[in-house]
Formats: sequence, C-alpha cells, structure tokens
Amino acid sequence: MSALHIKEGSTGHSAYNLRPTFSDVQEKHTLALLVENDPGVLARVIGLFAGRGYNIESLTVAEVDHTGHLSRITVVTTGTPQVIEQIKAQLGRIVSVYEVHDLTVEGSSVERELAIFKVVGEGNQRVEALRLADIFRANVVDSTLTSFIFEITGAPEKIDAFADLMRPLGLAEVARTGVAALLRGV
Amino acid sequence: MRNGRCGQLEQKQMTREMTGAKMVVEALKEQGVDTIFGYPGGAVLPIYDEIFLQNDIRHILVRHEQGAVHAAEGYARSTGKPGVVLVTSGPGATNAVTGLTDALLDSIPLVVLTGQVPTFMIGSDAFQEADTVGITRPCTKHNWLVKDTDKLAATLHEGFHVATSGRPGPVLIDIPKDVQFATGTYEPAKPAASRYQPIVKGDMAEITELVAAIETAKRPLFYTGGGVINSGPAACQLLRELVDATGIPITSTLMGLGAYPASGENWLGMLGMHGLYEANLAMHDCDLMINIGARFDDRITGRIDAFSPNSKKAHIDIDPSSINKVIRIDIPIVGDVGHVLEDLLKVWKSRGRKVNREAIAKWQQQVGEWRKVNCLAYTSSQKTIKPQHALERLEALTKDHDRYITTEVGQHQMWAAQYLGFEDPNRWMTSGGLGTMGYGFPASIGVQVAHPESLVINVAGEASWLMNMQEMGTAAQYRLPVKQFILNNERLGMVRQWQELLHGERYSHSWSESLPDFVKLAEAFGAKGILCSDPADLDDAKGDDHLRWTGDL
Ligand SMILES: Cc1cc2nc3c(=O)[nH]c(=O)nc-3n(C[C@H](O)[C@H](O)[C@H](O)COP(=O)(O)OP(=O)(O)OC[C@H]3O[C@@H](n4cnc5c(N)ncnc54)[C@H](O)[C@@H]3O)c2cc1C
Ligand SMILES: Cc1ncc(C[n+]2csc(CCOP(=O)(O)OP(=O)(O)O)c2C)c(N)n1
Repeated sequence: MSALHIKEGSTGHSAYNLRPTFSDVQEKHTLALLVENDPGVLARVIGLFAGRGYNIESLTVAEVDHTGHLSRITVVTTGTPQVIEQIKAQLGRIVSVYEVHDLTVEGSSVERELAIFKVVGEGNQRVEALRLADIFRANVVDSTLTSFIFEITGAPEKIDAFADLMRPLGLAEVARTGVAALLRGV
Repeated sequence: MRNGRCGQLEQKQMTREMTGAKMVVEALKEQGVDTIFGYPGGAVLPIYDEIFLQNDIRHILVRHEQGAVHAAEGYARSTGKPGVVLVTSGPGATNAVTGLTDALLDSIPLVVLTGQVPTFMIGSDAFQEADTVGITRPCTKHNWLVKDTDKLAATLHEGFHVATSGRPGPVLIDIPKDVQFATGTYEPAKPAASRYQPIVKGDMAEITELVAAIETAKRPLFYTGGGVINSGPAACQLLRELVDATGIPITSTLMGLGAYPASGENWLGMLGMHGLYEANLAMHDCDLMINIGARFDDRITGRIDAFSPNSKKAHIDIDPSSINKVIRIDIPIVGDVGHVLEDLLKVWKSRGRKVNREAIAKWQQQVGEWRKVNCLAYTSSQKTIKPQHALERLEALTKDHDRYITTEVGQHQMWAAQYLGFEDPNRWMTSGGLGTMGYGFPASIGVQVAHPESLVINVAGEASWLMNMQEMGTAAQYRLPVKQFILNNERLGMVRQWQELLHGERYSHSWSESLPDFVKLAEAFGAKGILCSDPADLDDAKGDDHLRWTGDL
C-alpha cells in the first residue's frame, strides 16, 4: 500500500472541515482521491464537476495499486473556500471514491507535471531554444534539422514559464500530463 | 461469521451454482423482498421466467415504467424498506429516469434492475440498446453494469446495502442478457465487507456544544426534515421525547411531516414558501435553529442573506455535503438522526435537563400571537367547492382511519400539506425535490400494495393525475382500493398562480382543456367514480366511497 500512503491516521473524512470558512476569495486546491478502478469512476468525478459547475484546472488518473484495483486521481480546482468544501463533500459522496484528501490544507506537498514541447525554428532561434532548455533542465527527446521536442518535468508554474519563453522561439505544439502530487514527509 | 472449520463449511454450502437470472431472484429473497414493480421486455425475459417459477416474490405489473418507479417509491416511503423495480433495456430503462431522479432528490431507497443487450453486443447500437449506466449515472446514488455472472449476486447485495445505508437513494443494476443466462456462483450477502460504511455516530464534542446551546437559548426552534423519516420510527420517537421534554417549538419541511405529530403541543405547522406564517416568523426570529435532517432547500430559505439573520445554527445530517451547502452552520453534526438524538438526550439529561424555561415560555407566547393570525383561514362558499374546504372535510372524515396520503404536484399538494394533519411518520408520500406531476397515483398503488387493509388516498390535481392515469389498469388488475381525490379546477393551478403573480396575468397555456369525464373514465376501468360539485354533497360523496375499491373523483 505504500504507493497510496497519504498521511498517517487519515480517514476518508479527514479532508472535511465542516466549520464554515465563507469568503469570496478564490483559492486553488490540489485534491488527491483514492478511487475504485472501475470503468465509470472517472465519468462520475468529471460528471460531478460538470454537473455542479465546478472548475477543473487539471486532472490526472492512473491505477496505483494493481492488486487492490485502486486508482489515484489528482484534481486541481479553484473556488471560494465554501465551494472547495462542497466539492470535497460531494466527491466523498461518490460510492466508488474511497478517500478524499486536500493536499493544499493537509500539509506541504510536492507537485509535478510532465510536458513535451515541439519547437520549430532555424538558426539563432534554435540555439536560443536549446540554451533555455538547458537552463530549465528540459531534455531533447526528438530532433530534426528544423525542430526539437523537449521533455520537461516540474511544478506547473515552471512549465508555464518555459512555455512562455518558447513561444517566440517557434513553439508549435504542447502536451501536458496534468499534476501529480504527494504530501511531503511521512 | 463464525470462525474455524464449521464456519467455512457453512459458507461452502451457501455458495451455489446457478444462472444469473436465478441469482436475481435468490438475492431478492435473501434481501427480504416481498414485492417488485415491473414491466417485461426482451432483455429481462430470463429473469421474468424465474419469477414465473416461484411464489415468494410478488410482481406487480404496471402500465408504464415511470409508474413502476413511483410505485416502488410509495412502497419504500410507507414501509421504510427499499422499493424494487425490474424493467427491460432501452426504452424500459429510459422510462425509469424520471422516477430515479425523483427518488434521488427525495432520498428514497430503491433498487432498480434493468436488462441490457448481451455483453458482446454492447456498443453496437443493438436493438433496444441504451447506455443505461451512462444515462442514469447522475440520477442514481450509484449504478453498476454487471459483466460477469460470478459478480452478479455480490453486486445485487451491494446495491441493497448502498441504497439503504447513509443517505438513502436509488441504485441501478444493469444486467446484460448473456449474464442472466450464464451460470455462476451465488455469493450470500456480506454487508460488513462493503467499503461503503457511512458515519452514523455524531461527534460527542459537537453534540455537547449543541446541548450547551439548548440550555441557554431564549428562542430556540427545531427545523426538521425528511432525514428524520429516513432515520426511522425510533428516531421520530426520540425527536418527540426531546421536543416534549424541552418545550421547544418545532416546524418541519414538506418532506418531514409526521415525524412530530400535528396534534402535538409544540407543533407550528410546515414552514417555507407555502408554509405557515407562525412557522416562518419563528424561523426568522429564533436565536437557536436546530436543523435535524433537512437541507435548507430554496423553498425554505428564500433569499440567503435575509434568512434567519440572528440565529446560531446547528445542523444534524448524515451527508456532509448537506452541511454548509447554502447556509453557514455554527454547530455541524454529521451522523444519523436516531444515533445523534440518542446521544444528545443522554448528554442533556446527564447535565440536569436544563433549558431557559422562562425565556421559552415568553417565546411560546410570541408564537401563540402569530398563530392567532390564523393564516389558513379562507372565505367559504355555498356555491363552489373551495379546495381548502374539500381538504378540511377529507381530514375530518378520514383522520381516524388507518390512513396513508400521497399527492400529485401543484396547489392541491400544498393544500394537502397545510390542511391535513399527520400524526405518524411514513404516512405522507409526496414528490418534494423534483416536484414530479404524475407521482401520486402510482405512488398510491405502491402504498396500497404494502398496506392492503389501509385507506390510501391520492390528493390530486386533474392535470397531474392525467400524467400517469394509465395506472388505472394496474389498480383494477390487482383490485387495489386506492382512492383518487381529484381537485378538478380545470387549470394548471400552480402555473396559473405564478402567471398571476409574476407574468401580468397572462395565462399562457395553463388551462386544462378537453378533459375526460372522470366518472366514465373510472367506470371504463371497472372502478367507481363520483363527481361532486356542490359543497353540500361533499361529505356524502366521501363517506360513500370509503369502502369501495377504486376511483373517487
Ligand atoms: C410545488 C412545490 C412547492 C413546495 N413548497 C415547499 C414549502 O413551502 N415548504 C417546504 O418545506 N417544502 C416545499 N417543497 C418541497 C421542497 O422542494 C423540498 O423537497 C423540501 O423542502 C426538502 O425537504 P428536506 O429539507 O426535509 O430535505 P429532504 O429532501 O427530505 O432531505 C433530507 C435531508 O436529511 C438528510 N438525511 C437523510 N437521511 C438521514 C439520516 N438517517 N440521518 C440524518 N440525516 C439524514 C439528507 O442528507 C438530506 O440532507 C415544495 C415542493 C413543491 C413541488
Ligand atoms: C412533469 C411536470 N411537468 C411540469 C411541471 C410544472 N408544474 C408544476 S404544478 C403544475 C400544474 C399542476 O396542475 P394540477 O395537477 O391540475 O394541480 P393544481 O395546481 O391545479 O392543484 C405544473 C404544470 C411539473 N411540476 N412536473
């Protein structure tokens, strides 16, 4: 179960803070869900966000425990504190969602995303793209005489920054995985 | 489970080989199901065959699948047991969608079984194929497509467990035809093994905080809802004990009527948009609001920023998502009403049964002043039957009977809630959250099936009643003596009421034209119909029909 380990002593309800925190400030939260890996579960989670009008900034999902048929879904969402609490409570109602964790409030967490960028260009632009990729520790995973594909891993902000820099240098295509996140420490 | 070899042996004997279709019937029996409501079709014929071969489970053949689901809702709400429905794939399943949504919004436990095309044809636009789990995902508490006969029995048991645990609701199990034909191993129910185990005990610190608030409050008020009925008769009993011991006034939503008796000393009547003046003013002016199993529906709160501005609010609810959803709560308690009230009473008693008697007496006096306004008064008429009068007479003539009331949706529904008195839980079946016209008649059939000796009355508007009138056939076939009390105002009364208030009296399409002759209609199905248009005849018309079998018009 170590792949799933989120926090000692945590329960399915640990994310609920039922004391009200009503304010108008929009907050960004990263939620980690442990779900039964059945074919409908992703549709249930996405349908909940769509049906109730909540935001999804990013969403990743993959099976993390093959014997237990458990998947982990990481959702980044924004909303007022009340909406965030409602999202967690609504997710907790889904029968095939076993645990809901708000990594933003449960402690400090590590967030990582992988992205691949295709940059098309010649001459100086190419040299500059390579130089910046080096600074961002992006790897070249494909190359032609007129293009590169870079692979970069990092916090979403770092990937945004890299994309901003690549845009004037011939950024042609981007594919991003969305955020995977874990709480720090044990 | 017992340990050791003995237990193992016993378990071995209980797991048996059989077809999926037989498993369905076995699982229903094991779950204690005595009645199912359904309609056959190609994709469920193997199950219908198994039903034919046994006598333990009664099948009620409805005339439309929507009727089956509402009948099961009536059965469930009036017994506290889950209602069970069996319909075919495609159109059978889509016809069930309104009923499923209705049950989801009103927290009614249902297990709906649908047939599906064989697994190897799924996705090929096969005859009568619909993506049933996809369509019903947002209108069920949970649903399953079972692709393996070995998993069918366990899924059926899990379905019953999920439908009835925590906040109740409808579940759907979609069973492809090849899964019904194939043989597999029957697994007996093991509810304790399910991962779905909602919290039922409330947090003691929060409960104690609520007790402390009750001890000092000057203008406390209980605001109760459908959750008390969901929790069961024992919870209603605890509520009565708490209200009577503290002397705190109590109001209820449409869904909670009967949890506390209408004749009770502290009863204020229903609250909300169509609620009583005294109940709404008490909600506005109270200093401690104790919400027990209600969900701050918009029919109650109106504008959120003006809702009971000066009260401390406590909320007992089994579903964390109901708490702080619309109204800010000071004392949140997640748990089952029965469990929480039991602990609350214990703590309150152990701390000396304290309340601020003097202040509450003053508060009661204030409430008494509001009551004197007598908001339900109306001007009676010698010429036409006022609906209020009709319901008052219905109440007077039937209240001493073993009576169950269902309603359709509209003005008549609100009049029924206002003018009829409910002394016990599970006696009032109405579509609250979805407001489904056409709910009441099939629901009355479900109630009558569950309580064959009781007096079951559907208070209806003519327009709503027409929406599922085909169920006359069902009532006639099973000789169910349901009474249809139709208040025929020849209009979509509630729609018209809104047009009058908000749309400059432009009555766009809110007339009931070309209505049938309801008396003849009843007779066409072999029932009896009575037309009553003179107030003086009202009592006779009702007295007369009590012992007849169908159709009071
Ligand atoms: C035309 C029309 C007019 C209406 N006007 C009014 C009106 O004036 N006044 C009015 O009150 N309603 C009115 N309604 C009904 C209204 O729309 C809602 O359906 C109703 O107010 C909801 O009732 P409730 O709050 O008791 O919640 P329910 O829908 O009954 O929900 C029950 C709550 O209790 C919780 N619960 C369930 N089981 C348990 C348990 N075991 N333990 C603890 N908690 C539990 C649930 O999680 C939920 O939060 C009207 C409906 C129609 C169609
Ligand atoms: C299925 C459905 N369609 C439409 C509505 C909207 N609606 C609410 S009340 C009402 C009129 C009901 O008329 P009737 O049954 O005659 O009752 P009355 O209000 O006259 O007592 C309508 C159309 C609804 N609630 N349900």
